[in-house]
Amino acid sequence: MALRPIKSILALCLSLFILLQPTNILASEPAAATAEHANKEEGSFNVTETILEHIKDDHSWHLWGHTSIALPVILYTPQGFDVFSSEKLVDEHHEPVVYKGKFDYKLVEGKTKIVNAAGEVDVAASKKLWDFSITKNVASLFISVIILLLVILTAAGAYKKTGVTSAPKGLQSFMEPIVLFVRDEIALPNIGAKRYAKYMPFLLTIFFLILTNNFLGLIPLFPGGANVSGNIAFTMTLAVCVFIVVNLSSNKNYWEHIFWMPGMHWSMKLFLAPIELIGVFNKPISLMIRLFANITAGHILVLSLVCLIFIFKTVYAAAIAVPFVIFIFLIELLVAFLQAYIFTMLTAMYIGMASEEAHHDHHPAGEGADKELAHH
Amino acid sequence: MFLEINPLVLPDIGLVFWNTVAFVGLLVVLGKFAWKPMLKAISDREQGIEDSLAKADKMKADITAMQNENEALLAKAREERATLIKEAKEASEKMIADAKDKAKSEYERIVADAQVAITQQKNAALTEVKNQVGSLVVDVAEKVLRRELSNKAEQETYIKQLADGVKLN
Repeated sequence: MALRPIKSILALCLSLFILLQPTNILASEPAAATAEHANKEEGSFNVTETILEHIKDDHSWHLWGHTSIALPVILYTPQGFDVFSSEKLVDEHHEPVVYKGKFDYKLVEGKTKIVNAAGEVDVAASKKLWDFSITKNVASLFISVIILLLVILTAAGAYKKTGVTSAPKGLQSFMEPIVLFVRDEIALPNIGAKRYAKYMPFLLTIFFLILTNNFLGLIPLFPGGANVSGNIAFTMTLAVCVFIVVNLSSNKNYWEHIFWMPGMHWSMKLFLAPIELIGVFNKPISLMIRLFANITAGHILVLSLVCLIFIFKTVYAAAIAVPFVIFIFLIELLVAFLQAYIFTMLTAMYIGMASEEAHHDHHPAGEGADKELAHH
Repeated sequence: MFLEINPLVLPDIGLVFWNTVAFVGLLVVLGKFAWKPMLKAISDREQGIEDSLAKADKMKADITAMQNENEALLAKAREERATLIKEAKEASEKMIADAKDKAKSEYERIVADAQVAITQQKNAALTEVKNQVGSLVVDVAEKVLRRELSNKAEQETYIKQLADGVKLN
């Protein structure tokens, strides 16, 4: 008897969900246009804004309700550094207000801008403003760095304490399989036994930094919740580091394959050179976009499903939304590991390709490295 | 510009800067104090395991070699024992055969000696018998001759009597 109403509600929710799909798409245009207006209305709910708010960086770290942690704002202006607390930029209703430091600062769509006396954004002056603030993402990044230092240094210290011959224990036995995984599944097959050792610290650091931030991003409460690995600045920095390392480890053979592909007709060589040259930049850019898009998409998906409850304005929508959220969350756990693995694996592969020694016949990097391994 | 439209794809210089600091710092600190010692310890352990296995293999080979040696020694000892036993057997058989031969020859010698002695005694007895028969014959002949001369009939009776009296011993 009790199942019946729940069943009918489930059916209703599902049919509503399906019915609303096309109307949402159709309605998205005017909705965006009236978003600003709608936001002002009490009790109205803007999904796009809510989701973006969770995904974007912020100057304060929202904990719950009206409680948030104020983070330091560090601004580099033509007149030097300006450091103050982020709570000075908002009033008690969390609306942006003008703060008078060396210039007049105001938050516009989450970004710090210089405003003139009339309260309008001074575009020319704002361009000279460099924002080095400890934002939510920076703070989360620091937390992940502290966690990594604590965990990994403890695990590494265990080798000194217990010696080499004893079996790993505790944190050490948690870390060692992952380190061995990075070594045996990522570095060795892609870079080759001769050169892999040099790149291990780089690969391990990248892997654990991405993994930790991916997991922290999945935790909805305080130490997590920031979207660091789904932020383009984070993935860009890592991609630039990869670009630098790959090019520093490149050899003559690699550049010869890019600018003057051996074993080809000269016209093909001319044709291939620009494509290969684009590939040099394309590889780190693909790394940047892949990690950013995957993690951000996962966050948007989870938030969208949670938002279903608020769109329908009924708690019964949770009957559908929550199982879906749990399902997506489990997939996100897999994605968190997978993306860290893929980023590290591709980095190792690019390093392997750049530092591969000349072969008489041309193999792809992986195959060459495999052969090299087989020889050892 | 496209980047200006979507705030998600617009990198903040602040996060880029702090992330570079964090990543490079992490790389330096972990590289020096964690990854290098950790990887070294792991490879040391792997080397240790490899060495131990190689050592165990070598020990196993040594033990097998020792066992083989022992077996060879044992086989050699067995062979020696067999030879010794064989030799002893041969020696004893030879001794027995020798003794038999000696006994046989002794027996033959004794038998021959006995035969010689028997023959000699027989000859001596025969000679004695012959001598006695001879003397008896002579005696009888003498008595016959004496009686013949006196009486013919009596003579014959007497001869017969004598002949009966002659009993070869």
